[in-house]
Amino acid sequence: MSQVIVVTSGKGGVGKTTTSASFATGLALRGHKTAVVDFDVGLRNLDLIMGCERRVVYDFVNVINKEAALKQALIRDKNCDSLYVLPASQTRDKEALTKEGVAEVITELRNTFEYIVCDSPAGIERGAVMALYFADQAIVVTNPEVSSVRDSDRMLGILAAKSKRAEEEGDPIKEHLLISRYAPKRVNSGDMMSMEDIQELLSVPLLGVIPESESVLNASNSGIPVIHDTGSNAGQAYHDMVARFLGEHRELRFMQPQKRGLLHRLFGS
Amino acid sequence: MSILNYLRSRRNKSAKIAKERLQIILSREHVNASSPDYLPALKQELLDVVAKYVTIDQDQVKVTLDRDGDYEVLELNVVLENNPASRQHAL
Repeated sequence: MSQVIVVTSGKGGVGKTTTSASFATGLALRGHKTAVVDFDVGLRNLDLIMGCERRVVYDFVNVINKEAALKQALIRDKNCDSLYVLPASQTRDKEALTKEGVAEVITELRNTFEYIVCDSPAGIERGAVMALYFADQAIVVTNPEVSSVRDSDRMLGILAAKSKRAEEEGDPIKEHLLISRYAPKRVNSGDMMSMEDIQELLSVPLLGVIPESESVLNASNSGIPVIHDTGSNAGQAYHDMVARFLGEHRELRFMQPQKRGLLHRLFGS
Repeated sequence: MSILNYLRSRRNKSAKIAKERLQIILSREHVNASSPDYLPALKQELLDVVAKYVTIDQDQVKVTLDRDGDYEVLELNVVLENNPASRQHAL
């Protein structure tokens, strides 16, 4: 049975595309046939983060408008055989995503793939609603910051009210919380809300915490999802998150500031 | 963390302020999003009943629906006019 998972947040810049790319890659690395779909029509970026921007020929809207077959638009990932990317259109607007058109594409993807990861645009407009409409599960990406937490809360309300599952009064979408850009040092000093604070505010089961890391920018600079950077904290945290999603037990890591010498701690910045 | 940072952080726990502000605004937004359709009508009828016995100023009335876990609390707060004649109606 295929699973459609939306990666959403409401607020922009919190790490939706970074998460979509690494999460989909992580599932594929474990042998699951996975497609990752960019719903950000007009502002596509998943292709850049996945490093396949020069191989885009046809896009999601071409498939909806029957200008291309789904097979023609799907781009096979260069590092992972079981991973495919469906890029968004760069020239159209979000109104091109009709409910019927998206439904057809999702149904066709379900026939081929085990996991379909939908990378939502920011906001609560058409693109974001279409990304979550067909979802079975949702990963809500939140930064430890007031506006992100509030927008995530709003997004949880929309997941519970506007999805297909909500409209058909079926089982609700299974929600997961992913906290990203977490800085344990600032949490300890009282400058940043802790993961416990955020989880208490949003009351959604925690799937993972991704530490703030330089490796995320390096990864997007080079177009290789950060999960491939297994030497980095963020890459390892994404591996843990994928494992938890698949039902394995993994303790949270990187929740304490990195240890430094006594002199550095007393007199350092 | 340096000694300076340590002292500074004890004074200024902005994360705590953030959490408290969010708790308040999220619970208010939840109430607005999930308050039942009949709430405005219920408010009006309650006010009509109170006004039948006591002179009230509509601006001095507050009706709020709060949620605390599984409990919902409908709070009706009426400030009676400071006028002995109208008070008597209440008695």
